[in-house]
Amino acid sequence: MSENVLELSNIVKRFPGILANDHVNLTLKKGEVHALLGENGAGKSTLMNIIYGIYKADEGEIYVNGQRANITSPHKAIEYGIGMIQQHFSLVPSFSVAENVALGLKEFHLFPRIDVIKKRLRELSKKFGLDVKPESRIWQLSAGEQQRVEILKLLYMNSQIMILDEPTAILTPQEAEGLFKTIKEMVKYGASVIFISHKLKEVLEISDRITVMRHGKVVDTLLREEADEKILARKMVGRDVVLRVEKSPPKTGDLKLSVKNLYSRSDKGPFAINGLSLEVRKGEILGIAGVAGNGQRELAESIYGLRDYTGEIEIDGTMLKPLDVHSRINHGVAYVPQDRKGVALCGNLPLYYNLFLKIFTSKQGDFNPYLFNPISLKKPAEALVKEYDVATSSLDLSVKYLSGGNMQKIVLARELTLNPELIIAVHPTRGLDVGAMESVYKILIKARENGAAVLLIAGDLEEIFTLSDRVAVLYEGRIVGYSEPDEEHLEEIGLMMAGIKKERVG
Amino acid sequence: MSHDILTSTFAGAIRSGTPLLFATLGEILAERSGILNLGVEGMMLIGAFTGFAVSYTTSNLWLAVVAAMGAAAILASLHAFVSITLKVNQVVSGLALVFLGAGLSGFWGQRFVGIQSVSFVNVKIPLLAEIPFVGNILFNRDPLVYVGYVLAPFIWWYLYKTKYGMNLRAVGEAPGAADARGINVSLTRYIYTIMGGALAGLGGAYLSLAYTSMWVENMTAGRGWIAVVLVIFAIWDPLLAMLGAYLFGGISVLQFGLQVTQTPIPPNIMKMFPYLFTVLVMLFTSSEKMKKRFGAPSALGVPYSREEKT
Repeated sequence: MSENVLELSNIVKRFPGILANDHVNLTLKKGEVHALLGENGAGKSTLMNIIYGIYKADEGEIYVNGQRANITSPHKAIEYGIGMIQQHFSLVPSFSVAENVALGLKEFHLFPRIDVIKKRLRELSKKFGLDVKPESRIWQLSAGEQQRVEILKLLYMNSQIMILDEPTAILTPQEAEGLFKTIKEMVKYGASVIFISHKLKEVLEISDRITVMRHGKVVDTLLREEADEKILARKMVGRDVVLRVEKSPPKTGDLKLSVKNLYSRSDKGPFAINGLSLEVRKGEILGIAGVAGNGQRELAESIYGLRDYTGEIEIDGTMLKPLDVHSRINHGVAYVPQDRKGVALCGNLPLYYNLFLKIFTSKQGDFNPYLFNPISLKKPAEALVKEYDVATSSLDLSVKYLSGGNMQKIVLARELTLNPELIIAVHPTRGLDVGAMESVYKILIKARENGAAVLLIAGDLEEIFTLSDRVAVLYEGRIVGYSEPDEEHLEEIGLMMAGIKKERVG
Repeated sequence: MSHDILTSTFAGAIRSGTPLLFATLGEILAERSGILNLGVEGMMLIGAFTGFAVSYTTSNLWLAVVAAMGAAAILASLHAFVSITLKVNQVVSGLALVFLGAGLSGFWGQRFVGIQSVSFVNVKIPLLAEIPFVGNILFNRDPLVYVGYVLAPFIWWYLYKTKYGMNLRAVGEAPGAADARGINVSLTRYIYTIMGGALAGLGGAYLSLAYTSMWVENMTAGRGWIAVVLVIFAIWDPLLAMLGAYLFGGISVLQFGLQVTQTPIPPNIMKMFPYLFTVLVMLFTSSEKMKKRFGAPSALGVPYSREEKT
């Protein structure tokens, strides 16, 4: 049982301006679930990508089953029995499940035997409780189902070392339970699993050992018995963290945002928002819970004017036109989009530019649009970087080189310093560490106490419970019910997220 | 229209559709791997010139075909190097190829202008050519036409039924996923970009070795561009490409039939038909939904590198 199937020794990886892995040591025992816990930007994903051959380590050695392994590509990693499920799935959308499994398999020469694969996939599905049809095309599957396909791929290749990179981020609580069951089942059959997460609770639930990383270094490796949430949080952040944020009862004011009978299409064509109505008042946070892909993105984009819609959107009682972002900005709307790389930031522009992209269109900045000296931005940028604790080597660094968490800090810094009256926040803390989460929570709550209305769209129920004054559940583009932000209602909310309607008035 | 005109229009459709078919099939291979090569026109010209020069000097038509394919493949490998290894903008590189191909073929081809060489002659296929009406149109043609008949279904079979075709489609649609499954993305792209060039060269050679038996500067007359459009028309499917190529071929010879029957449309307008049709096709096939369903190469034109942060 105690034999090491994987051993990392003194791994070092540098990115421009950042030391992503600093002499990291890690061991994985046979048949264990080893959690890798850390803030985003701590270097977890980088380390895993090195094991999987996507990145090349600058220094250090990897041993598989005691033998020195030279992993230069994902393909090599697969040969060593290492499989990885990345945050962004490696699936070909137009292929069927079986074809995705067949892709690149050595056992076939000219013709892939799809029927053989299908048969084996059905067996594996049954054995590990992974419900997915081998004939389905990937683009028709939900994110949870696609994840099951990725797991099936690893099982099919009989991977002995499985790396799961934040697998629960896209799942409902019930789906996550299913995943944990599957992981336990896989371990029973001799696989060893590295489970990456920044959620303390699930790490304590699933793992045998827990390694905590911070700023590219391993802080500590603990047995599950030795750990609790408090200890882990402290090691992760380097200081005590209060995740429960103090919140006074809401002082709800006038109606700020009113959405009536909203219909909006997704990029694929069909309606993603189906006659949705909701209201947010000044001084309250309305949390929207729901499984990813139920119209969250379309809802946020319609309200902010990035997506065409039919129906009524009123802010401060003024009816707004679709696709008119400018009028929203002038009404003091802040937008924290879910896609921070594509929508919120310009990856190639330097950090300090990105901090002020919006000031140019709002009325708050005092810039001469014709005589503009970018250098003058640097001073306020420096203050913001400090205030939001952005880890960067320089203000001139292209934003794309920052970690996800640091990018999000830049977005938040930009949006929230304009003193918004309505904040649309989509997954505002996705990928943030506990410390940064805490500060985001505080900022949002402070904005609420100053009378701002907040529409919080998040996948993480704990976050919604922490922040919201009311919870609405979004399912297939409609609000299926309201609930109170309380752990007691977890199951009920979970059921509503799965589409089982159980109307309650919160 | 009389029977004769009808027959010659259909036969003409096959003949003028064949070079389009080769070039389109080639571009489908390249684009399926994720490389957009807009240089089809240039590669066809190089193919047409090389084919003619070799057939004129050696009188060996098949050698001329191979040489034409090789010459165009060399041009394509230039594009492959620039867009795969150096990862520069593929549109710019492709356009450069057009002018390079036109310039080189025009320069070297000066002394071949206005001379006749050997050309492929029609070969009757026994039995099949006896089928009334259709037989004479389809099976009394030159050998390269028959190559086209076989090549399109073959490439379709290769794409959808073989492991290598699957790898190719995966590379164009999800290079990251293909890479993770041990498929060499760069190598795959090199191979199919170069093969695509060879087929464009074959298309060009058809013009100077079968369609005519001479070399004229810029004799492709925009066929390379039509091939680029046909790829989209065919939604990257070789069999639809066959349909599209012959359809376009038909439209371009329609003008002769219409002139014979004294239709009151000026010939200059009729010459525009293929290009007008091209624009119409673009209008109807631009829907994103259609592209997704048929597995359009979504990584088209995007250089792939494993460690890149975007």
